[in-house]
Amino acid sequence: MTPRSRLRAADLLAVGTVGLRSRRVRAVLSMLGVAIGIAAVVSVLGITRSSQADLLARIDRLGTNLLTVVSGQSLAGSEVPLPATATGVIAGTEGVLAASATADLHGPVAARSELDTTGGVGIRAADTALLSTLDGQLAAGTFLTEATARYPAMVLGHRAAQALGIADLAGDPRVSVGGAWYAVVGILRPVELAPEIDSSALVGLAVAADRLGYDGHPTRIYVRTEVARTTEVRGMLARATNPQNPSQVMVSQPAEALVARLAAADAGTALFLGLGAVALLVGGIGIANVMVISVLERRGEIGLRRALGATRGHVAVQFLVESLVLGAAGGTVGVLAGTAVTHALAYRHGWQPLIPPLAVAAGLAAAVVIGAVAGVYPALRAARLAPTEALRTA
Amino acid sequence: MTPVLELRDVRKVHPGTPPVTSVAGISLTIHSGELVAVVGSSGSGKTTLLNLAAGLDRPTGGSVRIAGEPIERLSDRGVSGVRAHRLGVVFQRFFLLEHLTALDNVATGLLYRGVPAKQRRQAAAAALDRVGLGHRARQPAGRLSGGEQQRVAIARALVGRPAVLFADEPTGNLDTVTGAAILDLLRELNADGTTIVVITHDAEVAAAGNRRVELRDGLVVHDTGGPA
Ligand SMILES: Nc1ncnc2c1ncn2[C@@H]1O[C@H](COP(=O)(O)OP(=O)(O)OP(=O)(O)O)[C@@H](O)[C@H]1O
Ligand SMILES: [Mg+2]
Repeated sequence: MTPRSRLRAADLLAVGTVGLRSRRVRAVLSMLGVAIGIAAVVSVLGITRSSQADLLARIDRLGTNLLTVVSGQSLAGSEVPLPATATGVIAGTEGVLAASATADLHGPVAARSELDTTGGVGIRAADTALLSTLDGQLAAGTFLTEATARYPAMVLGHRAAQALGIADLAGDPRVSVGGAWYAVVGILRPVELAPEIDSSALVGLAVAADRLGYDGHPTRIYVRTEVARTTEVRGMLARATNPQNPSQVMVSQPAEALVARLAAADAGTALFLGLGAVALLVGGIGIANVMVISVLERRGEIGLRRALGATRGHVAVQFLVESLVLGAAGGTVGVLAGTAVTHALAYRHGWQPLIPPLAVAAGLAAAVVIGAVAGVYPALRAARLAPTEALRTA
Repeated sequence: MTPVLELRDVRKVHPGTPPVTSVAGISLTIHSGELVAVVGSSGSGKTTLLNLAAGLDRPTGGSVRIAGEPIERLSDRGVSGVRAHRLGVVFQRFFLLEHLTALDNVATGLLYRGVPAKQRRQAAAAALDRVGLGHRARQPAGRLSGGEQQRVAIARALVGRPAVLFADEPTGNLDTVTGAAILDLLRELNADGTTIVVITHDAEVAAAGNRRVELRDGLVVHDTGGPA
């Protein structure tokens, strides 16, 4: 029987990397394109996922079921009174879990002292349920209670406290409102969905009515709804607030802005993924290019291998493996680099780094496929070379 | 006894304008154990004949039997199999993989027979010992001298105990002394039983009781082994 050529599967990797091992710098350079492409894809997907997870967690934490009701007539940021009965009607609406009234008192400001002329901080009357309606948190002290709501006591929003130079409650800080002293009983942490609270000094409704000219008309009502009924409730609030003139009422959903950012991030991702794909294509062409040159340079080796008994198939497979290894190496380096970039950025932004496993798998698979495709033409050229031709022209 | 090599009216015409006939009709029979020196002036067709006899090229006409296998009836794969199992080739240029060790280069001689790596290395070590380079086994081939590199190439051709060892001007790239040592080695290998066909300009090998085949213009003009 005619003897047969045979190349063991166990020898494939060693045979396929002979050329790479002898030209290391070139091997590294030729896989760089694919590495950059994969790194771009993995890091873009990783960063997007990490930031979106962070955004989603925040939206989740803040809740999409918070609505705010203001008058549609308000001009240039100053709030206009709503009907006095609005809060009660809203609270009685189906699907509403809680409604808290606040009123921007416009006139009076809170300052460190009577002589302070820096302008001070705007005062807002708030009901005692506001903290729980907003799901807010205290940095220090307590929120307004039924008791403190009657007295000259004040809870400062995060930025209001900063503006007044009050960091904590040590030394029982007080602030002056038109010459009268108010005790600071609490300081809030930032309330992400209600920045107007951050910059306000909050007093109870009762004390506001007694001393600061509050007429019982809220200017901004915060509404917490059942999560599943938010949209439905949102549609009903204008009429509940002002049955005569529903069109003058504006209802908004503060989390909307965050949700919009999610969508914006998606758009940016598509662009960068496109760029990554272009880098991958260029990287693949780079590998093919280097492989073609390598086949030309290694005619002697090809001829010798044929003389030693290699079939055309064995020669083709050798160069195909070489190209595959370049692709896979580029993919691996790219995944590592992309992961590192994601971790670095996530660390800087305080996100939890998340690399989608699918991005890693798809990145590696793409790199291997690119390596394989890039290797086909050079491998066929190598296989087509006749032994005598290869040896003579080497 | 069946001959290890049998050429019947072999011709090789290279297509082109005009076509070049480099082997014009050669019949040659070589038996096991022979040492055949192929001589002739430049362009007389020696390399072409060797390529045909070693299954590296296909004849335009005539028949080539290597170890009983009719080459013209085999596919490219089939001829590759014959080369892998029956033949060893040495060239003027050594064609070593320079960054691989001498041992690994020699082991490549068994790669396409599907011999497992460990056995390849064992056989390679023995072959290196045989050509007197056992002490150089772990050196990268690129760092060896020319004579040593040619010994590695000979060991690579020998390692599978081929039916015939072909050598095309194996001393062409070496100085006289080194070349003489290589030819001595070939003679020793032949004395041990290896059938060798060597293209050479060396008068000593070409004389010295060996069979001598002289070519001119693609034809055998003299054969001390006599017509088959
Ligand atoms: N692939 C080819 N295409 C065209 N002509 C060729 C080819 N190969 C060899 N020849 C021609 O065939 C003739 C014999 O060439 P060959 O290489 O066999 O000679 P040689 O005896 O080995 O010469 P040298 O001693 O110089 O090596 C030469 O005239 C050469 O030009
Ligand atoms: Mg020649």
